[in-house]
Amino acid sequence: MTAASILPPPQTTVTRIDLLLVAGMVEIGSRVLDVGCGDGELLGLLADTKGVDARGMEISQKGVNDCVTRGLSVVQGDADVDLADYPDDGFDYVILSQTLQATRNPRLVLEQMLRIGKRAIVSFPNFGHWRIRWQLALRGHMPLTQNLSYAWYETPNIHLCSIRDFVSLVDLIDAHIVKAVAMDRNGAQMRVNAPWWAWNLFGEQAVFLLERGEGQVTPRR
Amino acid sequence: MLLNNKRSVRKIEQVALLTDTPPDSQSNLTEAAQPHSPVAVFDASQPLAMSAGVALSPFSIAYQTYGELNAEKSNAILLCHALTGDQHVANAHPLTGKPGWWSALVGPGRPFDTAKYFIICSNVLGGCMGTTGPASTNPATGKPFGLDLPMVTIADMVRAQAMLIDRLGIETLFCVAGGSMGGMQVLQWAATYPERVFSAMPIATAARHSSQNIAFHEVGRQAIMADPDWRGGRYLEQGLRPSKGLAVARMAAHITYLSEEALQRKFGRKLQDRAGPTFSFDADFQVENYLRYQGSTFVDRFDANSYLYVTRACDYFDLAQDYGGSLALAFKHSKTRFCVVAFTSDWLYTTAESRAIVHALNAGGASVSFVEISTDKGHDAFLLDEPDFIATTRGFLRGAARARGLPQDDSSKNESAKT
Repeated sequence: MTAASILPPPQTTVTRIDLLLVAGMVEIGSRVLDVGCGDGELLGLLADTKGVDARGMEISQKGVNDCVTRGLSVVQGDADVDLADYPDDGFDYVILSQTLQATRNPRLVLEQMLRIGKRAIVSFPNFGHWRIRWQLALRGHMPLTQNLSYAWYETPNIHLCSIRDFVSLVDLIDAHIVKAVAMDRNGAQMRVNAPWWAWNLFGEQAVFLLERGEGQVTPRR
Repeated sequence: MLLNNKRSVRKIEQVALLTDTPPDSQSNLTEAAQPHSPVAVFDASQPLAMSAGVALSPFSIAYQTYGELNAEKSNAILLCHALTGDQHVANAHPLTGKPGWWSALVGPGRPFDTAKYFIICSNVLGGCMGTTGPASTNPATGKPFGLDLPMVTIADMVRAQAMLIDRLGIETLFCVAGGSMGGMQVLQWAATYPERVFSAMPIATAARHSSQNIAFHEVGRQAIMADPDWRGGRYLEQGLRPSKGLAVARMAAHITYLSEEALQRKFGRKLQDRAGPTFSFDADFQVENYLRYQGSTFVDRFDANSYLYVTRACDYFDLAQDYGGSLALAFKHSKTRFCVVAFTSDWLYTTAESRAIVHALNAGGASVSFVEISTDKGHDAFLLDEPDFIATTRGFLRGAARARGLPQDDSSKNESAKT
């Protein structure tokens, strides 16, 4: 499942900012696994600008083909099922870009990511954004936004969460937040010292850099 | 246990009655002795150390090449053929006149582009198209080897190929690719000679033969051995061929190469040139006629003893066993770029088998791509014009060529010109 296939392409600038933000969190020359890597845009960017050892997982045949054509090493697979096949600590970073909300078991996926990689980078659309709240609270229908434009009966986004919800999940699995960034509608980063409630209300998307916690139990399937 | 009771033999004869012409007992023997291919002969100074613990010497490898080796010798691709394939990967077959078995993928402008790459394909050890096999003359006796040829393994096939590659003056192969038994050779190459394989494409294959795989092969072997003309493997000396048994072996195997869906779509329960059932064991159904035809044409180009040897080689294949039971250890620290390909409707070598390979490669930290191609054409899909498979192959080779510093094809030149 790809960012491209799950979400309609948002404004190009926003996509670029999202990818650049994620790329900015990755150290030069590290080993990276991009889960749901789509056509390989982020992996290509990381390989070109950061010299990383870039690997990917992608569910769509077309996405895999596009990646393989770019010379990227990408395995056709499903984040919910196939992350279990990767050995512990195989990567420095495991990235999940705009895909978490489409997984069947986001908690397990996140745990697998932190088992496979020393760090995990997750970006997702914030379901706590005020426009979404507005549509549900006052207009009484399932929200449709630029980032989440599918009707409720055909959306692949089955596990949407707010920034606050995500932080709770991170606490639940005993992971550390190393860095967090929220972006407003125009893709501009929100003030770092803004309180969580403000991010949750005004952040349209969020990117988290996570680290395995001390007491974290590695999941086994 | 041989199926040598009268009833079974009579049934087999009925099949043969309906096959076209009696097979020419000499046709593929000629090709085994004097192939329409260059032959590399390895004399007593270069024996082949075989898995069975013996040395084979002298031995020959018949091979075809296409395209030109570049000055750096960096553009050579070895294609490994499947069970009953041969070295004629992209030219008309000398016995059947049919196009090469991988004409869909090999040729100018095709993924294995003969305008850019130097393509090598050799007949496997134990084969019958010019490489030393059971139909070749045993220098010790002056007669065909028959079952006196030591048992051949996939590792033996690959060691022999490596000696051919040495002979051709090539150190590192840009790519080793093949499907089915060819894919097993690819995996063996990558495990045995990791530094000599820049990229590898194991297609529609497995790292070991399953119980079901072995079972199907055993049916084929027993069909051959049950043929009275097999003569304990010494049929060539008596001017005979166990064609009925070999045809049945092929019929049984052919079913495993196709999916149920494809068979149903192609034949269903359609009758062969008749309005209703004849209430006999005649080939009433089209699918029967088709299988009999497949069996009858196969015996014209393949040696029965070779069939025994190559099926056995697959059965013995279990790559992990050679590495302490861990497939991941077979590929540890491998620098080879892998592209594993499976087909959804292939029930002979399933996607799960390919995933096991991918899992091991990932665990070993290797660079691996994996694609499962959606098709209803079964195992044989890897030989056919499957657009997604062809696109994947093209893309993988293009990426590998870039990494290897080989010239890019025209389409990628255009792409880079735009940017």
